Amino acid sequence: MNFDPFVIPFLTGLSFLCAVLIFKYAKWFIKLSREHKFKLLKWIFSHKIILALKEIFLESLLHRKIFRRNFVLGYMHASIALGWLLLIIAGNLETKLHSSKFFNMPYDPVFLKFFVHERSGIPIAAFYTFVMDFLLLIILIGIGLAVFKRFRSMLFGLKRTTRLKSFDKIARYSIWLIFPLRFLAESFTSGQYNTGGFLTGTAGHFFAAVLPVDYLSYPVWWGYSIMLCMFFIALPFSRYMHIPTEVALIMLRNFGIKTNKIYDGITEFEVNSCPRCGICIDVCQLNEVQASDIQAVYFIQSSRENKKDERKAFNCLLCGRCENVCPVGIEVNAIRITKRKQLVFDNKNAFNFLTNGSTEKADVIYYAGCMTHLTPAVKSSMCRILDEANVNYLFLDKDGSVCCGRPLLMAGKIEAALSLVEKNKKKILESGAKTLVTSCPICYKIFREEYKLPIEALHHSQYILRLVREKKITLSNSQQCVVYHDPCELGRGCGIYDEPREILSRTSQLVPMKNEKNNSWCCGGSLGDFKLSAEQKSEITRDVLMEFMAYSPEIIATACPLCKKTFAKYGNAKIQDIAEIVLASILKEKVTEKKVEVLQ
Amino acid sequence: MKDFGYTINKDRQINFDRTDKWIYEYLKKHEPSFKLCIGCGTCTATCSSGNFTDFNLRRLFTLIHRGYKLDMKDEITKCMLCGKCIMVCPRGVNTRNIILKINEVIENRKRKK
Repeated sequence: MNFDPFVIPFLTGLSFLCAVLIFKYAKWFIKLSREHKFKLLKWIFSHKIILALKEIFLESLLHRKIFRRNFVLGYMHASIALGWLLLIIAGNLETKLHSSKFFNMPYDPVFLKFFVHERSGIPIAAFYTFVMDFLLLIILIGIGLAVFKRFRSMLFGLKRTTRLKSFDKIARYSIWLIFPLRFLAESFTSGQYNTGGFLTGTAGHFFAAVLPVDYLSYPVWWGYSIMLCMFFIALPFSRYMHIPTEVALIMLRNFGIKTNKIYDGITEFEVNSCPRCGICIDVCQLNEVQASDIQAVYFIQSSRENKKDERKAFNCLLCGRCENVCPVGIEVNAIRITKRKQLVFDNKNAFNFLTNGSTEKADVIYYAGCMTHLTPAVKSSMCRILDEANVNYLFLDKDGSVCCGRPLLMAGKIEAALSLVEKNKKKILESGAKTLVTSCPICYKIFREEYKLPIEALHHSQYILRLVREKKITLSNSQQCVVYHDPCELGRGCGIYDEPREILSRTSQLVPMKNEKNNSWCCGGSLGDFKLSAEQKSEITRDVLMEFMAYSPEIIATACPLCKKTFAKYGNAKIQDIAEIVLASILKEKVTEKKVEVLQ
Repeated sequence: MKDFGYTINKDRQINFDRTDKWIYEYLKKHEPSFKLCIGCGTCTATCSSGNFTDFNLRRLFTLIHRGYKLDMKDEITKCMLCGKCIMVCPRGVNTRNIILKINEVIENRKRKK
């Protein structure tokens, strides 16, 4: 058996890491809800595991999402992650071939070059030497890029990078040193015994000529082992915890386990999967208006430390721009809501004053939503459109709205929200309608996610498009230049991007913008935030409007009454909801039809 | 004296012996936009809950300003946080956070007792 005292730090670090990981994962597993545990046991031995393994390879090793974002950043991550794993695999194979035994000590492949100099016993030894040197070179380039990124992050597409904690720094400096030390140690030993491949062998020759490698190699091997030990000990308390945890998270996610309203085991897995890469910082719209310590990465950091930081939880538009770019796919909004739930006082039976009046029967229910009552043009247009299409509809909240519950949900008052959901649901179902149409994306999102309705729920942009396709209404194109603002809740929240665009391209000239669809801005009026002052909100709104005006549109179109009301404060541009544009288009078509009749 | 059927309203002066401004002090510290309220009543005019109950944000805010006690907790739980009031407030008062803060200060005091 190969042994030297310098393997002790490595072994200590590795066993410490394994012990901490087992302890933490066991703790989080126990914290999983019953339903989640059941799902885990149900799916772990099924085809889903193959899908999970594929995703783990693509995301945890290749880092596909980071490649899409920035090539150099992707290369840096992939070379270190995939390179390191391949180095471990190749090293293990090499060791097993050499000792011709199946089992070896965990440190054997790591320090193989120190123990084994006579390599003629290993089959295809030259090939292995080449592969190991090649992988080491790839990793060294990755580490070089990482060091370079520390000073010039712009090259990697990052304007701002994360402010790190001390454990993060310890782990980072040790990972920077591990591979250069390995390179030096292997080169020195190669120089001593005149072995090694194209990298370590050549460097070894050079070092042997200029340095006393006989004396230097042993301390460098010690240094290498100590650095590995430091990295392993710092890992569970640093951002590098994401390396093992992301693998577990991808598995759990593939089994359909997600954070749902309560901060439990799966949330722990999620917050510990955050690599603090800082990609979410640049996209946050709050950067410009206030001190920047509430961005997704810092919020998750404080959650991981089990802090109940009220400002970090409540100071967020919940626009989802950070979620959209997160390479790990952490659902930050859902986690923020669970954190809010811990901080607010919930009340279950708050809305007993809502009595159940009788509901009329109809085919379609139109539910305007609270915000639509602030923009009456939207609801009146919608009613006209439904009349024009001869739809038998019921305007459910004609005389003032009962809230859908989503704003309460966003505030973390889950019980109160669900009591409203129950009351509204009962009313909706009483009407016997088959379709529920709403003008408000906020309502639409909760209808889809929490109401669990047996009938279909549609946003009015979807329903209008259906009416157009069924030829119940005809539109005429006004050739006006229009830009379309994607509301957060409708776009990133529900994935509705194409329907509003199709309608607008039938009624006017739709101009595409740079930041649209899933990269669209938040208007600033979001009900997600509880901390921004009115001035700060209007600063966000003005910035967004300024970008729209660069396309010099005649109309800024949106599909959300809240966005419309927010933009309308700065009245230079004409801001219209899709329903209003469609109504104008229908009326214009009617006028032309009449003219044609008169001429005939 | 002859009763003509007209009465003067009761004296509306604030009786400082009976007021306690603890909620106001808390709000002033944790949501300073509360001080901006001019009591115009726009919030109440648009209130979703106000449609169904006598929930009245303007009255609530005025009473807090004056330091009168009333059963705040039952009042504010009627709020659905729908956000119409914050959209229409001409002074930029962060009404939704004020509701959360009132709830918080009342619950905290209850726990201390």
